[in-house]
Amino acid sequence: MRKPLTIRILSALDKKSWLALGVFLALALVVVPVLHLNFPEDSAFHVSTYAITLIGKIMCYALVAVAMDLIWGYGGILSLGHGLFFALGGYAFGMYLMRQIGRDGSYGADLPDFMVFLDWKELPWFWVGSDSFGWVAFLVMAVPAVVAFVFGYFAFRSRIKGVYFSIITQALTYAAMLLFFRNETGFGGNNGFTDFKRVLGYSITSSETRLVLFGLTAVMLAVTLVFSAWLVKSKFGRVLTAIRDAESRVMFIGYNPLWYKLTIWVISAVLCGIAGALYVPQVGIINPSEMSPGNSIEIAIWVAVGGRGTLIGPIIGAFVVNLAKSWFTVSFPEYWLFFLGLLFIVVTLMLPQGLVGLWKKLMDKKGAAAC
Amino acid sequence: MKKTLIALLLSLGSLSAQAALDPAQVRQLAAEDSSEKVAAIRQLTQTADPDAVRVLKAMSEDSLFLAGDKVVIIDGDKAFDGATGEAIKMPANPESPTVNNRIRGELASALAALKLFDADATVRLASAQKLQSQVTPEMAPLLARALEKETDAQIKALLVLAHAQANLANTDPAARLAAVQALAETSSPTIKSVLLPLTDKAGEPDDKVRYEAIAAVKAIDSRLAIAENVGRAFSGLSLGSILLLGALGLAITYGVMGIINMAHGELLMVGAYATYGMQTLFRAYFPNAIDWYLPAAIPVAFFAAAAVGVLMERTVIRWLYGRTLETLLATWGISLVLIQSARVLFGAQNVEVSNPSWMSGGIEVMPNLILPWNRIIIVGFAMFVLFLVWVLMNKTRLGMFVRAVTQNRPMAGCVGVPTSRIDTMAFALGAGIAGLGGVALSQISNVGPDMGQGYIVDSFMVVVVGGVGQLAGAVWAALGLGIFSKLLEGWAGAVIAKISILVCIIIFIQKRPQGIFALKGRFVE
Repeated sequence: MRKPLTIRILSALDKKSWLALGVFLALALVVVPVLHLNFPEDSAFHVSTYAITLIGKIMCYALVAVAMDLIWGYGGILSLGHGLFFALGGYAFGMYLMRQIGRDGSYGADLPDFMVFLDWKELPWFWVGSDSFGWVAFLVMAVPAVVAFVFGYFAFRSRIKGVYFSIITQALTYAAMLLFFRNETGFGGNNGFTDFKRVLGYSITSSETRLVLFGLTAVMLAVTLVFSAWLVKSKFGRVLTAIRDAESRVMFIGYNPLWYKLTIWVISAVLCGIAGALYVPQVGIINPSEMSPGNSIEIAIWVAVGGRGTLIGPIIGAFVVNLAKSWFTVSFPEYWLFFLGLLFIVVTLMLPQGLVGLWKKLMDKKGAAAC
Repeated sequence: MKKTLIALLLSLGSLSAQAALDPAQVRQLAAEDSSEKVAAIRQLTQTADPDAVRVLKAMSEDSLFLAGDKVVIIDGDKAFDGATGEAIKMPANPESPTVNNRIRGELASALAALKLFDADATVRLASAQKLQSQVTPEMAPLLARALEKETDAQIKALLVLAHAQANLANTDPAARLAAVQALAETSSPTIKSVLLPLTDKAGEPDDKVRYEAIAAVKAIDSRLAIAENVGRAFSGLSLGSILLLGALGLAITYGVMGIINMAHGELLMVGAYATYGMQTLFRAYFPNAIDWYLPAAIPVAFFAAAAVGVLMERTVIRWLYGRTLETLLATWGISLVLIQSARVLFGAQNVEVSNPSWMSGGIEVMPNLILPWNRIIIVGFAMFVLFLVWVLMNKTRLGMFVRAVTQNRPMAGCVGVPTSRIDTMAFALGAGIAGLGGVALSQISNVGPDMGQGYIVDSFMVVVVGGVGQLAGAVWAALGLGIFSKLLEGWAGAVIAKISILVCIIIFIQKRPQGIFALKGRFVE
């Protein structure tokens, strides 16, 4: 007999993890807002706007990293094109934000500034309905899902695997980047979308809006984590892991790997789209460089640094790498690429299980020594 | 004998008699009214006389003066009669005629046209070439005369065209018809634009001439289209050669060794910077032999890239055999380090690498189809490298060992092939070929730290389409992709071409997941 849903969800994480998750949510939803709003800027307890934006941004990245881990760590499929799904979600929500500018743009027109600049008279067909939050929220998930489904169906059906798949996804995001760089595509060309003013009628730069977006990102990350934990422990997750380890055998037993791979691929893309939609209002800009192949490979390194095949690993990886990035690019801008490059090399050579694997090894040694 | 001599003398006499200019015409050069001056300049030009050149030149150099009712040329402290050219006494108070901009323009074109009668054939050729784009109807008689006198075939052909262009405005329909027919033989866009007004009823009242003009424009158009397509196919071929140079190295490292080398584009960059280094070296120490820097750069680039390759293989890739996805990430890291190193060593800006003099210019096949030498040489160079690789892989002991290790590593090891050394050598070879690609690339595109990034996706596409471990596959895929994408670019633009190529590749892989030339049997899995 199957257990009720609540029980199954509750059993996705153990007691310690639930506690950690609760602490995390309490920090994000209560402590940070209180510290940000109630302490003056010169106080030691004040959390600055910069810090909130940075952490909010990294939480979006962490969400992408978890999505990447589902497909790479559990599905064994390395995608080098996840930046595309992230950017698609971002662009979809960016359309809504552009419409929310209304007549406050520099040309004071109904159309977004870049369309006035291109001398367009009306919105292209794919912008229809972009002023409705509900429709755009649907697009944020639907567009990456459709793109991922179509691409994934053809790729997995002909059993494109391993590096072939990685390279094709890289070419896919590269081609999309070239497409979005064009002005005629209708997404602002080179500059993308920026200069947002409002979201749902609230000013996008106000502290309250920022805190709400921050909190939403934290909740989304927590929900994704629980959902992923449940997913990988379910029967579906077990078949998926089996496909990762021995695809031919799974086929011989009678499963069709196509639908398992396709499902996790689409779920992963949708999570990326949501992350992109949360990212854009917090950072205030989206442009085609988000789709550059380099960005997508960086996602893979977050997961690798944290430890793939674990769910907490990607989050740790995203935080470690991106905090290092924001520190390096301010203090030693010319050494950042050296550091990142060496990180790629060192992690693949010495830490195949990432930081989580290293931690486990250390714990095991300690345990062994205690015995 | 005597008779002929006399005749010759007589003709010479008549020539010199003809040479003197009409004094009234020369006097008009100094007239009050600008229009009269222009008329005089045009009439003098028609005479095609060396004396006319002298007078007009003097006028354009402001040394033409009016003394009484005589036009004189004053050169320093000497004075000459304008009409006859004889030395005369310095006049008392010469007046300078006004030469405004309109007159200056008229003088310049008159002098240019008169160059058609210069004694030096090269001057005549240059003048005839220049005239092609600025023929006016008034020049028709002048051109006819130049055509009569001309003996050089090349200049004559140019003059025929210019004459026909000038005749297009002739009032006689027969002359226009002849002109249109003469022009129909050409294939230049400028001539087409000259003929276009004649295809319209407003521009050409005579039906016969108009139909002829329409036919002529059509004929020119079709020739232009052919030339354009040939040009595109050729630039596709040269793009294909570059892709081939990039992909040959990959075909060895990925195809033969199973390593995804994301730093391959950066090995191209190493080769290009080695070329830049050789250029700097030659400029500093052998400025006389600067044209030879490129041949000298070929071995240097090969060994520089190969050395980087050895370093990569020994320190990183060695530990990752059999873990393809990990090599992908590690080599990406290496590529970041290489890019940043180039930035630190050479600066973030692009560096300038110039073509040696023997690579500039090109072969003009048609007026709108020029095959540049640098691209021709690159195609040839790619073929040469391909041949070397083929020889190396199929005719040498090293090649045999590499193939043996590819096919069955443990068995090759058992019979005494030093497998780990072969791995290093093969990787260095692939890297060195990428370095050679960098030499070629430095001649046609910018050399900068990011230059390799643009080629890596394309190179992998070549390997994917061509099939793993196949030199022949890489060749056909590189040339095919190069030509196909350039032809597509011609009518759809670069971005759409790139995207449709990618879609084609994805569809292609559906049908043939292992590439054009698939390995059969056990190697497939």
